[in-house]
Amino acid sequence: MKPKDLVISLVYFLIFGALQILLFFNMALFGYAFCYIYLGFLLILPIDTPKLLMMLIGMGTGLIIDIFYDTLGIHTAACVLIAFLRPHIINILTPRGGYDTGSQISLSSLGFQWVATYATLLILIHHLVLFFLESWGFHIFFFTLLKAICSTLFTLTVFLLSQYLFYSPRGYK
Amino acid sequence: MQRLFDFLYSYRAFLFFVLLETISGWLIVKNNNYQSSAFFNSSNYYAASILKTKSNINEYFSLKEVNAELVRENTRLNNALIIERQKKSLYKEKKSDSLKTHQFEFIAARVINVSSRRANNYITINKGTEDSVREFMGVVSPQGLVGRVKKCSEHFSTVISLLHDRMYISSKIKTKNIDGTIGWDGKNPRIVNLRHVPIHHTVAAGDTVITSGYNAIYPEGIMIGIVQKAQVNERAEYEIDVLLSTDFSMLTYVYVIDNKLRPEIDSLERATMEGTDR
Repeated sequence: MKPKDLVISLVYFLIFGALQILLFFNMALFGYAFCYIYLGFLLILPIDTPKLLMMLIGMGTGLIIDIFYDTLGIHTAACVLIAFLRPHIINILTPRGGYDTGSQISLSSLGFQWVATYATLLILIHHLVLFFLESWGFHIFFFTLLKAICSTLFTLTVFLLSQYLFYSPRGYK
Repeated sequence: MQRLFDFLYSYRAFLFFVLLETISGWLIVKNNNYQSSAFFNSSNYYAASILKTKSNINEYFSLKEVNAELVRENTRLNNALIIERQKKSLYKEKKSDSLKTHQFEFIAARVINVSSRRANNYITINKGTEDSVREFMGVVSPQGLVGRVKKCSEHFSTVISLLHDRMYISSKIKTKNIDGTIGWDGKNPRIVNLRHVPIHHTVAAGDTVITSGYNAIYPEGIMIGIVQKAQVNERAEYEIDVLLSTDFSMLTYVYVIDNKLRPEIDSLERATMEGTDR
């Protein structure tokens, strides 16, 4: 991770954090679908972020979101899990020829299909963990599952839209 | 020994992951009982200031509803006041009566953050210890019951909403004096359940549910909601759905209830419990 990446990541953290707290905070589409767009920040960190640092960043992000939501530990647990799984999922999804060194996770460098698969997997895992931890058990299983799936679709849509907003099609340098 | 270190080193990412998840798990458990640290919640100064700025902006868009609500409440209070004045002119007070009529004091507060769609919901209000709000005080709105104070900082407090899986309110049906407990099943934010009602009572749709006043947190007679559906299930228990009178998505102003006699009630009850143990 270069210093330049660090500054860019910090800016993304502020953008995604502000979106979450100021816009999507208590928004619930149809009463089921929530948008946890702050996750976008963890998804687009540079590929070569060291594993341990990644988990610490995940923990910090989760903790800050938890303070606002009064759900201490729940977002933290889900984010640490995402930060842990992310390198493995990136490995599984390696395109033919591997990744370029220092490459960014973006539509222009990896293509829509790759980004969509990657984001769907991680967002779904995050939301499942989050909603089941929140309801603290499986006593309202299908209701919670429905909420998790609807929210995944919502977050995913907003995340992909944000990717189209942030990156120019000619490539990001 | 060397091999052990090699082993630990090669699994360092996984071990670190387990460590962080353990910390998160510990935070969840610790936050679930009521003695959690005051810093890590939304009554924290920095978090609360951001939420307050946000609600300041949002408030302009709901001014009309808030005004209408305040006018309605004023009318209701004026009517109640006239009745009380007439009563007072008929009966003279004794000293203990005057203490009891001033038993509950209301502290008005503005809601700066509220949720109703999550599995456990919390509210942040803009009054804290400096405005003599304390933990465990009851919170009501003009429409009805809201919750109980969980944590206070100097200028802000967080409130456990009635829409929380560990919130149980001792309540009764108004005209019939049937006791029960109000709890939320985590699904619909407008519906709560009245539990533990013996089946020899008759409960019908349209009955009014109010607080029973059996604890030192809420006075008797605070509106909770209207019975929407009441039926006996196959285990011979009543299943009663109550439509809440408070709409949590529209909450703007609330009152925190300070029970002046609470220390006296608490110490008396504790003394009684200890007495029976011996």
